[in-house]
This record gives sequence, C-alpha cells and structure tokens, in this order.
Amino acid sequence: MRSQKLLYVIPVLLCASILFAGGFTNSEPNGAAEGSSEELSSSSEENFDKMMAVLMHKRCVNCHPSDNIPKQGEDSHPHYFDMARGEGNLGYQATTCNTCHQSENNDYSGVPGAPEWSLAPESMKWEGLTRTEIAESMLDPKRNGGRTHHEVMEHLTEHELVLWAWEPGIDAAGNHRELPPVPVEEYIEAVKAWFEAGAVIPAE
Amino acid sequence: MKVSFTINGQAQSIEIEDGNTPLLWVVRDMLDLKGTKFGCGKAACGACTLHVDGEAVRSCSYAVKFAEGKSVTTIEGLGTRENPHPVQQAWVEHVVPQCGYCQPGFMMATAALLEKNPNPTDEDIDNNIINVCRCATYVRMRKAIHRAAELTQSANQTS
Ligand code: FES
Ligand code: FES
Repeated sequence: MRSQKLLYVIPVLLCASILFAGGFTNSEPNGAAEGSSEELSSSSEENFDKMMAVLMHKRCVNCHPSDNIPKQGEDSHPHYFDMARGEGNLGYQATTCNTCHQSENNDYSGVPGAPEWSLAPESMKWEGLTRTEIAESMLDPKRNGGRTHHEVMEHLTEHELVLWAWEPGIDAAGNHRELPPVPVEEYIEAVKAWFEAGAVIPAE
Repeated sequence: MKVSFTINGQAQSIEIEDGNTPLLWVVRDMLDLKGTKFGCGKAACGACTLHVDGEAVRSCSYAVKFAEGKSVTTIEGLGTRENPHPVQQAWVEHVVPQCGYCQPGFMMATAALLEKNPNPTDEDIDNNIINVCRCATYVRMRKAIHRAAELTQSANQTS
C-alpha cells in the first residue's frame, strides 16, 4: 500500500524527441550473397545500425531494465505503483502484469498490452548498455536464454511482444506512443540480413 | 457480439456492439452490479478490481470479450451477509471503510492475495495491495488484511 502518492500522477506520458531519427528509409534490402567483402561489411554495418536503432529505443529498453523496475513512457520513468520484476518477470503474486495488461492494447484505459506481456528476464538487462554491449548480450547464450543465432533472429523478427513496438497504441492521455525510428518491414529485413551475413558486431 | 461467462456463479450472456467495452461498464451498467467502482478508468487506482478465473483484474482495463468462457467474481459474489468472506469479516471487525468508495476493490485485491499467499507479510501487502484510498484508510486496512489471513487460516484448520 505504497501507492497512495501515485494516483495523483495519472500517467501523462511525455513526448520525447525521436532518437536516431532519419537516415533509414530508401535503402535497398541487403543481399549478403553478392558484392565485394568491403560492400558486404558496409551493408552489414548498415543493417546493424538499423537493428540497434530499434533495439535501443524506449519501446524495447523500457522492458529490459537493469534495476528490475519496468520503465514507462517516452521519458522511461519507473513504472508507477512500485511495480517490479517480482516472480517470473511477471510482477507480484496477486498483482501481476496481467492485473492491468492484457493481450492487446486497451484504448479505453490507455494500458498497453500484447501476448506474453512481461519483463525481459534479468539476464537480458539492456538499460544503460551501449549498442555493442546489447548486441553482445543478445548473442550470448548465457544471457539470451540459451538461444541460437537463428532463434534470436526469430525472436527479434516474429515475437508478437517485440513487434508490439510498432503498434504501441495510445497512452492514458490518448496520445499515440512513439514508434521505433525504423519501419517494421525495414527493421525485419535488416535483422535477417545481419544474421545471414554472420551477425558481425562492428567495433564501437 | 455475444459474450458468455459466469458471474458470481450465474451463467450470463450479453450482446454488445463493441467487444472492447470495459468489463467494468458491463458489470455496472448492464448487469447492474454496482459494488465494483469506477475510479480512474486508467488501471491506476484499483477501485474496479474484480476476479477473472480467480485472478485480480482491473476491470476498467479489461475488454469484455476476454471474459468469454471465464468465471467473474465481483464483491457481490465474495461472501454473503450471513456468511461473509474472511476479508469482509475482517473489514467489519476493523471498521476499515471511511467513505467506502475504494473498499470493494481493496477487498477483492486482498482476497486474491490470500488465495496465493495465505499469510502475507507487510512487504507482501506493500507489493500486492497497491490500490488507492483517498480517505487513507491504509492503517486499518493493513490490520484487516492480517486479520483476514488469520481468519482464513483458522477456517482452513477447522474444515
Ligand atoms: S477504475 Fe480501474 S483502476 Fe481505477
Ligand atoms: S474509504 Fe474513501 S476512498 Fe477509500
């Protein structure tokens, strides 16, 4: 019962400027099979840039916290009501993520939702990491839930909770949540091409 | 669309144009069960808490279509005047409510907590009972939650 202070803060989510804006449209899909090795590595870097611009966006990082506290909104403030990771990344015993979040966004309340709504496991903490560190963590089976590269690629391009980032709905004030800076189709193509080209993490 | 569910043990079917209508509105305005309250409509206060298949849910943020085939319990179905739920009994003993508006939500949240954790610590209460009471009945509420846990345990021992 610590939340009495919080009702007065009905979520009015702030609009922040778009990170990594621009520069990602109109590029050709990258075929890894042809071209010089220089071309290959530059297209791989381009794909990496696009992928990481998305993965470092608040729609992703808000649920990959480093302090077990989910974040909310465009300003990534700590989740209201002192919600935390709790058990199994799903909140507390009787007040779970699903007490409020369902499998779809709710436009009446402004509460976001998607299938399997939860925090990313603790080993997948991304908040505060550089893009290289996030990429390393993502490829490390000790931290990525034992996933192979192919499974990580599938997770990043097919998982409904990941793809929710492009359909994030409206917030409690009726404002549309900010989308990641790369269109979803372009992101999916870039992720697949980057993995197909060997998932090379460029030097910072 | 048609949505069928049980509510407080009774089978119920409703016809509704928008399946995304909050369950809270259906419960209050179509089924005339006014015990569940509207506070914020933003899943922030907990006044609208009820149970869906035994889990606490904030019904202002729960599309009625998701209730299809499920079992909904509202404060009206928690206990009766003759046979109150331990949470209701404890609330009476500690004279918890002031204006009363938030109380059904708190009692439903507490009942859900005791189902999962029959002997919650203060920390468990802090973590799980995060509804809002504008009259600040939190001190009595905490005592009542511990009392409800005692009542639940003694009921379990005698049964
Ligand atoms: S009315 Fe549902 S949480 Fe406030
Ligand atoms: S008793 Fe009045 S709001 Fe809680």
